[in-house]
Amino acid sequence: MIKTDMLIIGAGPTGLFAVFEAGLLKMKCHLIDALPQPGGQCSEIYPKKPIYDIPGFPEVLAGDLVDNLMEQIKPFEPGFTLGERAETIEKQDDDSFIVTTNKGTKHHAPVVVIAGGLGSFEPRKPPIKGIQDYEDKGVSYIIRDPEVYRDKRVVIAGGGDSALDWSIFLADVAKEVSLVHRRKDFRGALDSVEKVEELSKIGKINLITDAEVVDLKGEGELDSVLIRHKDEAREEEVKETDHFIPLFGLSPKLGPIANWGLEIEKNAIKVDNAYDYQTNVPGIYAIGDVNTYKGKLKLILCGFHEAAIMCQSAYQRINPDKKYVMKYTTVSGVSGFDGSKKEAKREVVKSIN
Amino acid sequence: MSDVKITIIDREGEAHTIDAPTDMNMNLMEVIRSYELAEEGTIGICGGMAMCASCQCYILNFEHMLPEKSIEEEDMLDQAFFVEDNSRLSCQIPITTDLDGLEVRIAPASE
Repeated sequence: MIKTDMLIIGAGPTGLFAVFEAGLLKMKCHLIDALPQPGGQCSEIYPKKPIYDIPGFPEVLAGDLVDNLMEQIKPFEPGFTLGERAETIEKQDDDSFIVTTNKGTKHHAPVVVIAGGLGSFEPRKPPIKGIQDYEDKGVSYIIRDPEVYRDKRVVIAGGGDSALDWSIFLADVAKEVSLVHRRKDFRGALDSVEKVEELSKIGKINLITDAEVVDLKGEGELDSVLIRHKDEAREEEVKETDHFIPLFGLSPKLGPIANWGLEIEKNAIKVDNAYDYQTNVPGIYAIGDVNTYKGKLKLILCGFHEAAIMCQSAYQRINPDKKYVMKYTTVSGVSGFDGSKKEAKREVVKSIN
Repeated sequence: MSDVKITIIDREGEAHTIDAPTDMNMNLMEVIRSYELAEEGTIGICGGMAMCASCQCYILNFEHMLPEKSIEEEDMLDQAFFVEDNSRLSCQIPITTDLDGLEVRIAPASE
């Protein structure tokens, strides 16, 4: 069991900055994120894109902003559970919470802060009728263990990097690999596209372009897919297969958090913005893009503001009897949990005799 | 400054003819959101960077008057579902005076 003062769900810019604000108040933080790296959308979707509305930065690349935030919070030694999705929350008798991830990792904290942005990034499922019925019975959206496909027949759909890379990888593992793509053009690294072309020429990948998988067949288990060609003169093709792996990228979903008993409006969590960004469940806060209130702006700078306000309230929840006033970092400096201390240089007072 | 009339058919099939400003540097996705014609969180998820396909629309007229698709838009539509020949990402369509009378239909939200 991981124990911390403040458990933050979502390691995007808002969640990362909350670690800093909490650290100033001597609260330790642990972050959970479904992505394998911190930074949220900034790292996953647009690391090389500039942002122009971070106060004090006329221009900063999203990836650099994340690097800077990681540097800024380093003294506060945050813990990370990455590549796992927060799944369930249980309130304890002492009003603290236990949050368990999809991989069973348990986290215990008196305060939970949801900084989940648009939600966790989940594989996009193609709109093929009845596809849910074949999930884990031949259909999967992520490849966890390539050995599962050894000496099996596999149909992969998609035209992006992951579809290309897995087709190449599985060409040596599976008995037969077919790659179905809606167009002739592939987006993705040129190397991968050339490699697929090469493997297709020597018959190691069965490349089916200008086509789509439109139906799935099989009693209980998948045994074939139906492929429709763009060229309507060509007949639909039944392709026997053991596995169908649609790889169409990731899209964000609010996910299990939607079932935590929190008030939800417009796919976001309602909070008290007159005070502290707390949800309808005391002890659970929501900050950044994941929350909503009248006048909400989904801006990174608003997330930063919300993080600072939220931490004051969370401090009072954890330390109900302590009096505290906000301090300026310029006056008090920044003392890390790692023993580091940053502070403004003091003026030297020396008399001249 | 001037407004143009645009007809937007929402995901339930209802047509809305609305005024869209040409002087606010807005794109079609933003106009749809400003009139709340699709539920928040189901459109414009990436914020208009042509990096998701949640703002996909079918262009019902004026298709030839729209700016050409960028490589990013082509790529994104390539990964999207329910794509037709007249599919566009509405975040890539700036509102200009040429578009007075434009008609579009919002594509279904994907899982």
